[in-house]
Amino acid sequence: MRTPISTTTPMFEYEFMRTAFAAAGAAAVLSGAVGYFLVLRGQTFAGHALSHVGFTGATGAALLGLPPLAGLVGFSALAGLLMGLIGEKWSERDVAIGMVLTLSLGFGLLFLHFYTSAATQATALLFGNVLGVDARALASLLALSAVSLAALGAIARPLAFASLQPELAEARGLPMQALSVGFLVIVAVAVAEAASIVGVLLVFALMVGPAAASRALTRSLGAGVALAAALAVGEAWGGLTLSFYTDWPTSFWIAALSGAVYFMALAVA
Amino acid sequence: MSALSFEGVTVRLGGRDVLKQTSFDMRAGEFVGLLGANGSGKTTLLRAALGLLPLRAGAIRVLGRPVARGMAGVGYMPQTRAAFASARLTGRTMIETAAMGARFGVWRLDAGTRRDIDAALDLVDARDLARAPVADLSGGQRQRLLLAQALLGKPRLLLLDEPLISLDPAQQSAVVAMIGRLRGELGVAVLFSAHELNPLLSHIDRVLYLGAGAAAIGTVDEVVTGEMLSRLYGAEVEVVRVGARIFVMTGGVELDAHAHQHDHAHV
Repeated sequence: MRTPISTTTPMFEYEFMRTAFAAAGAAAVLSGAVGYFLVLRGQTFAGHALSHVGFTGATGAALLGLPPLAGLVGFSALAGLLMGLIGEKWSERDVAIGMVLTLSLGFGLLFLHFYTSAATQATALLFGNVLGVDARALASLLALSAVSLAALGAIARPLAFASLQPELAEARGLPMQALSVGFLVIVAVAVAEAASIVGVLLVFALMVGPAAASRALTRSLGAGVALAAALAVGEAWGGLTLSFYTDWPTSFWIAALSGAVYFMALAVA
Repeated sequence: MSALSFEGVTVRLGGRDVLKQTSFDMRAGEFVGLLGANGSGKTTLLRAALGLLPLRAGAIRVLGRPVARGMAGVGYMPQTRAAFASARLTGRTMIETAAMGARFGVWRLDAGTRRDIDAALDLVDARDLARAPVADLSGGQRQRLLLAQALLGKPRLLLLDEPLISLDPAQQSAVVAMIGRLRGELGVAVLFSAHELNPLLSHIDRVLYLGAGAAAIGTVDEVVTGEMLSRLYGAEVEVVRVGARIFVMTGGVELDAHAHQHDHAHV
């Protein structure tokens, strides 16, 4: 799959490494920041489910000859919207999310069955292929990151309040459902970005690992969001570097670093 | 001016009239204890006073205006505080989030809000406390922070939902005394819901008792009598006074104590 590369050459000499660093950085900043709020709200499972829905979108798009990233973003954003509308108080919520997740993977599998170059495509979607990001995909990732971070910034104040003290926020007249829907759409975009780096199965590595570690280590919101984003970027770039020198999969290294940092943070906190 | 008035208010939740034709009037600056067994509608009454529930009948006026969600001049301390209790964030961060969170905009705390937070924290003597992670505090210390938060924006009416829940007796009397003092200093009206009457006895002006959809307001001597409460609950209720303490019994079981135990199973 990969052209033989010399590890004695500095890695940034290679165009694909520069692109990979930029793509991973853009996805990681967004995933870390969004992930912090996801952990704060106890919605990590919803984030996980959105990535599986994204898988269906990506395989469906590939089947139709569209860019997989478009299907990934579009489909998970739609699912985020629906999840937000369903609300958080429904007692069957986790089971329902789990079923949607299962159905999505099932359909994704079916789409792959009809798609000819299935095997590579499936591996890339499930476990990521950051080294295969091309210039056009990079531009999309950068633009999506910028827009989503701006949107998160715009709703951050009421979102933090609504997440930490929902009863009080509701009494103060905050638009709780609109916030929830808006946030899940941003989550969906972040999930799609993370999935295009580490794959749908390892989205937790960029979205939840850094955020949970940061939450254990910080005492204020600003520091929490900043550290989550920084850890995500550090883990993504660390994973790329280790992958370059070991030739092991990037997604493995990112997941390993994410897990290591999370458990160290728990031990320290 | 009245701080809070209910006129023939009926609230229906889950096919049951939790409040039925409830009427009462709370004066400005008054400290009222809101009592009643579990499920008698204490939380429902407070949520209705916050404009969170649709009324089937009647009208609610808050500080002279018709009730609406997010009214200025109303401080609220909700009962479910699981997220607050487990937060690794500092108390100050939690309060800042609440102070900033009512509006959209740039994530920045202006000097005015910062001063308001300091002033509210000073009122409950919790400026140092607010620097620690909320999860590391005792229940009583957390209540002080929540009280400071409810005091932001200089409210004229405080709605406090079970501030004494899961506090030990010493902490309970400290919290009640603090609210009594604040009421005196700030002239704010306080509606304070509780399972037990006794911790409130020396500080409240009047008591609002809820039972079986009905409500009775008056001084403790007027309302907390066997005759009155029997009518309210539609069952034989006995009121026993031991020294300065009052026990409300039904069928030989202490009503409040029973409600309290019941509640702990959920906390």
